[in-house]
Amino acid sequence: MKLNSPLQVYKYLPQTNCAECGEATCMAFASHLIDRSKKIDDCPPILKENFKKKYLELQTLLAPEIHEITIGTGEHAKRIGGDDILYRHQLTFFDPTALAYDVWDTMPENDLVERVNKIQNFRKFYVGKFLKVDMVAVRCVSGDALKFAAAVRKVSETTKLPLVLCSFDPAAIKAALDVVKDKNPLIYAATEKNWIEVSELALNYKVPVVLYSSDLDKLKSMALTFREMGIKDLILDPGTYPQGKQLKDTFERFIKLRRAGIKEGQKDIAYPIMAVPLNAWLVFKDAVAASYWETVLASMFTVRYGDILILHSLEPYAMLPEVHIRDTIYTDPRTPVKVAPGVNEVGSPTKDSPVIVTTNFALTYYTVESDLSSNKINCYLAAVDTDGIGVEAAVAGGQLTAAKIKDTFQKANFEFKDKTSHSTLILPGLAARLQGDVEDVTGLRVMIGPPDSGRIPGWMEKNWPPKPK
Amino acid sequence: MTKKIKLSELGSLIGGDIEALEGVKIEGDVEIDLEQAGMNPQMAYALGHETAQMAVHLMNISRILGYPVDQMIGGPAAPKRLNKLIESRFSVGKIEEWKTPIQEVVLGATSSDGGSRKSTITLGGENALPYYFDSPMPHRNHITMDVFDMPINMAKAVKSNYEDVINSPAEWAKKVVRDFGADMVTIHLISTDPNIKDTSPAQAAKTVEEVLQAVDVPIVIGGSGNPEKDPAVLEKAAEVAEGERCILASASLNLDYARIAEAAKKYNHVVLSWTQLEINAQKELNRKLMKQCGVARENILMDPTTAALGYGLDYAYTNMERIRLAGLSGDTELNFPMSSGTTNAWGAREAWMTASPLKEDSDWGPREYRGPIWEIITGLTLSLAGNDLFMMMHPTAVQVLKEITQTLYGLKETEPLNIDNWIAAVV
Ligand code: B12
Ligand code: SF4
Repeated sequence: MKLNSPLQVYKYLPQTNCAECGEATCMAFASHLIDRSKKIDDCPPILKENFKKKYLELQTLLAPEIHEITIGTGEHAKRIGGDDILYRHQLTFFDPTALAYDVWDTMPENDLVERVNKIQNFRKFYVGKFLKVDMVAVRCVSGDALKFAAAVRKVSETTKLPLVLCSFDPAAIKAALDVVKDKNPLIYAATEKNWIEVSELALNYKVPVVLYSSDLDKLKSMALTFREMGIKDLILDPGTYPQGKQLKDTFERFIKLRRAGIKEGQKDIAYPIMAVPLNAWLVFKDAVAASYWETVLASMFTVRYGDILILHSLEPYAMLPEVHIRDTIYTDPRTPVKVAPGVNEVGSPTKDSPVIVTTNFALTYYTVESDLSSNKINCYLAAVDTDGIGVEAAVAGGQLTAAKIKDTFQKANFEFKDKTSHSTLILPGLAARLQGDVEDVTGLRVMIGPPDSGRIPGWMEKNWPPKPK
Repeated sequence: MTKKIKLSELGSLIGGDIEALEGVKIEGDVEIDLEQAGMNPQMAYALGHETAQMAVHLMNISRILGYPVDQMIGGPAAPKRLNKLIESRFSVGKIEEWKTPIQEVVLGATSSDGGSRKSTITLGGENALPYYFDSPMPHRNHITMDVFDMPINMAKAVKSNYEDVINSPAEWAKKVVRDFGADMVTIHLISTDPNIKDTSPAQAAKTVEEVLQAVDVPIVIGGSGNPEKDPAVLEKAAEVAEGERCILASASLNLDYARIAEAAKKYNHVVLSWTQLEINAQKELNRKLMKQCGVARENILMDPTTAALGYGLDYAYTNMERIRLAGLSGDTELNFPMSSGTTNAWGAREAWMTASPLKEDSDWGPREYRGPIWEIITGLTLSLAGNDLFMMMHPTAVQVLKEITQTLYGLKETEPLNIDNWIAAVV
């Protein structure tokens, strides 16, 4: 964005401090526009006619450096691009890299449906949510437009995930577009050879389109040409070579494009970038080797500026790291991920159920919670407010203390005498050193659990219920 | 972005009377794409083109309803068609702020320099982020593999590689260099921990001597992590390894770092300055090592802490990237090469658990394949942030991480490949 201080933004706001936006002052609202936690439309007065000019100016000035593009429709629609920075500590990255997994039109129908289901059903629980993948890329391998269109139809009947229609043959793309034109698919790709026909399709069907060339001059020329024709939703594929010097050059192209777009404000190429880690399969025939190398390429281009990836391996050892590295890079570094402190019920606890203490760091809390609930352990789980810090660091840093633990139960009106038959609480193994303090401060019996909450079930078998004193 | 609007909302927007469209029947609610007209309507308002704009809207409606406006008045300009590319050249500048190189640090010493290593390793010297075109990286990344002075708990996939050598640090060290391509060896003296075996410093120093004799690569000497015991252990180890330019791991703020610094100076070693994911703590410790303890710049390496993929890698990555950017941009308390305890990746459940503890998760598949890739991706991510030296455990992880970092560094030649028809590839 072109503005970088709240003061600059403030000049465009109504400056009445009416607080309708939920902020006390226009200045406070301005700082939220800068850090992108609020949108201009959250200020009702500026939407009025008399502010129209300022509104429009502000909208242009606040637009992200990298053009934002939506692929697909409805709840599964995916936004990519939208970035303003080169390094995550400078703010945060927006619009997580879209992961598109491939199917192809020469697959038998049953296999095709099964593969699509595998893609759309993939999930990995992580800090209170499921990590999932985003799109299906349909490749035209047959060279037959009708066959391609039929495969695309089958895929679109099977999933609501956005589609990427992959063919260098404009006739094939057109046949597929006729089938899914209402679903805002991404078309891949316009090249030096076919761009005239593909641009015609992008215009007629109003769909986002990928431009492909590993020559950055050509890529820029195409981008300029398409833009001139009024096609704005462009994605750049600068070619993903899987090995050797060619891979080194590929990495360089990604850095160059993004630096030009963000640091130098070169609007002409400030579009989302696509990488094709699938190309690892062009050189590795062994499935494990290919999956590994594909995951390496996917991770590298998630860290360095890939906005959408085309992938092939559905092996869990490829998909798990892929969704995790994406989450790693796109987690907002400004806010530790935490849960609300308090005492929660897991399952349906009774008076004989254990009371377990953990911290309110989301990763810690959800790990423990899922270990308990998936093992059907009914209990009370207390999330102590450690400012979103995990157990060991919170003990070391003084956010997990006996006083804090006591406070958590008090604030929740949790009376051990009424709620339990045992007046006992269980501390994490990594907080063992708090045992004495907690006993003194709360007057309860304190047991020390294992270091890893995954071992609580085994530990319970031996240690629960506690032996009467 | 394209703005959609319902016909029923149009009246209020343009303030006009839709019924004025004589002869057309409106059936249901029609969605109109305002951008079709080639001009952002809001922009048009702002520019004072209200009247023109209203006409555009009306024509749009008419066109959508099948009224042949285009033929009648030519209509708004149809989207432009081009049949020749607008030729253009791409160029981008280098980063001006990167003026301060990263300190070069030499590990190991050959006989001509008072040691007994066959060759030395140089880390650092970068003038840009790793693998960036601004300035080529002067030295490649290196890998040091873990060896322990006693059998320890390891993930099954790791352990199966070391069962034959688990009782002999010297054999273990030989194996990682000979069979697994380790550039260096780290000997972890964990048995010295008072809570483990409380091995004496003298006994631990013997193990270090054995390892130095077994291999001729530079080595890292690691304590047990016990802040009370480590200074004495590292001191003694430094003494028996005099002149070898080993890395002493580690000096940290919660132990007597001055003793470790002193040992490094006296016996010619490199200090690993270790802090926990905190850039200011790293600055502070480096400053203390230089100013207060008099450690020369060429004898400092940093370990800003590695947290595994899914377990805090976001902190570790950003911390390293910030440190490297600060160093390149002139912070001379942070422009040192970095080391990562990449082995920490094995702490992640995804690396070692047989299956997901959660029924809702998709199948996690065989863990033998999950562990190494967890270590690879943790290392690769940090290599992109600027890490120079990786402490690792699994042979496959070492091999793959070497392959990718050396490719990006420019050492790997392969036959050029044509990817232009990847879409039709049969894979
Ligand atoms: C990420 C991290 C950080 C992040 C913390 C981010 C966060 N939101 O928590 C940051 C950068 C902020 C950080 C800072 C510090 N850290 Co730190 N950090 C780590 C690191 C790398 C990973 C910790 C982690 O997230 N683990 C994953 C979570 C899920 O684990 P967990 O909370 O412990 O939960 C598990 C178990 O405890 C158990 N469990 C949880 N609840 C319960 C309940 C019961 C009943 C049971 C039975 C089990 C159980 O199961 C859970 C799942 O396995 C570790 C080193 C490592 N690799 O382990 C160091 C580590 C924890 N940090 C450490 C230190 C010293 C610090 C600092 C004091 C450093 C400093 N000088 O600044 C600060 C303190 C900051 C503060 N408290 O304000 C030390 C702690 C040493 C010690 N034992 O005292 C460690 C071990 C590093 C080390 N080896 O020295 N750190
Ligand atoms: S709603 Fe708008 S005018 Fe009112 S305080 Fe917020 S920013 Fe200012």
